[in-house]
Amino acid sequence: MSETVKQFLYLNRKAPYGTIYAWEALEVVLIGAAFDQDVGVMFLDDGVYQLVKGQDPREIGMKNFSPTFRTLGDYEVGRIYVDGESLAARGLTREDLVEIAWEDPETEEEVDNIVEVVDRTRARALMDEADVVFSF
Amino acid sequence: MSDTIEVDGKQLAVDEEGYLADLNDWVPAVADVMAKQDNLELTEEHWDIINFLREYYEEYQIAPAVRVLTKAVGKKLGKEKGNSKYLYSLFPYGPAKQACRFAGLPKPTGCV
Repeated sequence: MSETVKQFLYLNRKAPYGTIYAWEALEVVLIGAAFDQDVGVMFLDDGVYQLVKGQDPREIGMKNFSPTFRTLGDYEVGRIYVDGESLAARGLTREDLVEIAWEDPETEEEVDNIVEVVDRTRARALMDEADVVFSF
Repeated sequence: MSDTIEVDGKQLAVDEEGYLADLNDWVPAVADVMAKQDNLELTEEHWDIINFLREYYEEYQIAPAVRVLTKAVGKKLGKEKGNSKYLYSLFPYGPAKQACRFAGLPKPTGCV
């Protein structure tokens, strides 16, 4: 495959419905992951709503794509972060969010949930570390 | 969108690449008709994959990319089936692309 593996970080900042950003971002992440890059995804601001469990957007004529986030682990996206301040500001906790399982491709070790709630200092550091940051 | 395929006497709409326009139109006969177009005879092994894809879509609302499909098939149906050689022997036009079409799913995301 490609010789240089770059660290990608996708920032999801918008509510799941009402605009196409969330769905498009998810597609971009899944396509990017197919290229064997080191992919991380961070949810912040209204983007944290994308991971909320039990969504049912049928009434607004939208496809419910929240279950699709659970495939991120299958696509070997091993790093998923949620900004804790954004969660708290919206009265949400990590219990309100979907769990994303992941299996280490080398050791086959299974992790039940890789969703990691981070503080602002760590969020900034993660953005600094990434070679490429995409914001949606 | 004038393309259709005839299944059990009904005309079902398909897109320009032959994928079913409406997921809800799917019946098993759709796969048989599409397979015939591709000169394939569907066996039990084909159906294992088609049914697997439909279950995967039901749960995750997405058609998996071939790499993900391969891994997931290995887990579910046994390691000897979780490799692209086996899957390509069943679906010569690409396991994800062709099998997803037979299963009535959209074209896989991350399909390159």
